[in-house]
Amino acid sequence: MLEAFAEFFRQVAEEYPRWNFIFFHDERQFWRVVSGFQYTVVLSIACVFFSVIIGVVGAWMQGSPLKWARRLVQGYIQFFRNTPPFVQLLFFYFALGQFTPTITGPDGWTEVPLISNVGWAIISLSFFAGAFNVEIFRAGIEAVPESTTEAATSLGFSRLQTYKEVVLPLSFRVCLPALNNNLVNLVKTTTQAVGIAVPELLYECLGIWNDYPSALYPTMVFLFVSFILLVGILVFGMHRWEKAMKIPGYGG
Amino acid sequence: MLKKILAISVAAMGLTATTSAIADNHACTNDTWKKVMERGKMVVGVKADYKPWGFRNSDGAIVGMEPDMAQAAADAMGVKLEMVAVQSSNRMQFLEQGKIDMMIATMSDRPDRRKIVGITQPNYYTSGTNIMAPKALGFKAWEDLKGKPVCGKQGAFYNKVVTERYGVKVVAFTGNAEAKQALRDKKCVAWVYDDSSIGSDLASGNFDQFEMPLNSEDDNPWGLAVPLKEKDCIFGHFMSGLTFNMHQSGKLIELEKKWGIKPTAYLVKQKAQSKDWLEGK
Repeated sequence: MLEAFAEFFRQVAEEYPRWNFIFFHDERQFWRVVSGFQYTVVLSIACVFFSVIIGVVGAWMQGSPLKWARRLVQGYIQFFRNTPPFVQLLFFYFALGQFTPTITGPDGWTEVPLISNVGWAIISLSFFAGAFNVEIFRAGIEAVPESTTEAATSLGFSRLQTYKEVVLPLSFRVCLPALNNNLVNLVKTTTQAVGIAVPELLYECLGIWNDYPSALYPTMVFLFVSFILLVGILVFGMHRWEKAMKIPGYGG
Repeated sequence: MLKKILAISVAAMGLTATTSAIADNHACTNDTWKKVMERGKMVVGVKADYKPWGFRNSDGAIVGMEPDMAQAAADAMGVKLEMVAVQSSNRMQFLEQGKIDMMIATMSDRPDRRKIVGITQPNYYTSGTNIMAPKALGFKAWEDLKGKPVCGKQGAFYNKVVTERYGVKVVAFTGNAEAKQALRDKKCVAWVYDDSSIGSDLASGNFDQFEMPLNSEDDNPWGLAVPLKEKDCIFGHFMSGLTFNMHQSGKLIELEKKWGIKPTAYLVKQKAQSKDWLEGK
């Protein structure tokens, strides 16, 4: 079956020279695409995870009674929300990368940084999306009626407890649609990691269509299909989550 | 069943390809040539980050050996010249889509590229693949690079060649500047690129601790390109003639000298081959 599949695309390539689906009939290119896809999935999962954590913690700090904590979060949001993610990536990798500790390689010359380009991509993109997430969570928190938090306080809940047990669960339901949007955007933004040579899906696809000009259109189509699939899975999961968390009569 | 669905969808996608294939068999329409002449302006795609072939001077204008060639072509056609900066990874697409009328952008002349753009003969330059590596590492042979991270540039055909032949781990960046910065930051052991470009980098004095230690491989001539449909029409024949004359008159050797490029035996050989039989008689 697999051989027939490859043979079919080999024939297509012969008949239509611009439609060479090389990754379906050349093993090396197939594995390139697979490895790129894996990197994209890893990047996406890690960035979604860390950016949501940053959002939750940031929104909590925003309501802090300490002035400097609020200012810190505000400064962070302004910086990361108002600069292009691509520039952030380059800055993190090339500028900050110089100050992080490195291990000298066995040849005595190369310096292997403790944080690889994949690491920097995860850090930079998580902070970028995290800045938006803080604001998204803030919107949700502000939607929780004050009387509810007052009731929690009067029951003897501490500030952290009120946030963890009462405010966050309620606000989560309100901000899920907005969060969903931002996470979809984040998954697509992972392609920018190509700028610091992270071998994710776009990187491998660029490589393939440079090596095989005849594979240009098929590779682009493949990129679209892959991202529709990836984002589709994310959106499907988020909708299921939204439904499962729904409280009748609350948050529409 | 699956095969049937695939066949239908691919046939639909191939429809556009087929119609253009039919157009190819028709006689010359010279669309691009006519467009350039009517407009009085030719748009040429050149490199803007590839010193000294095409780069931006301190005023931001694109200059270099290839812009000079483009100017010579525009002068001969009696039209104005507009230059567009292209990347290795998009130059052929720009030409295909008509964003540029011609491309002189350090492109290696490869068989698969000839199917997509109209690369004219003779070739105007040649270069091989080599690496720039720190003297401290003392590489002697390509085999020394096996399994090691080597910085490269996206869109270069030899990334694939050195990966498959020597097991080099190419880390390809989008621009030359990023790749060379990564080398300086010691993120890779070498920078794999055209030997002629590395030669001019080393000569610039900015890379004192580096060397070009290996024998160049895969010497590959460079080709300029016109739209594929017009390769065997006015435009293609005109560019072929212009390139031939530039070889014969020694103009290309002159430009090479002007831009401080390491002299190549290729240009000398081409000049000898195209020598006018009446010269000196």
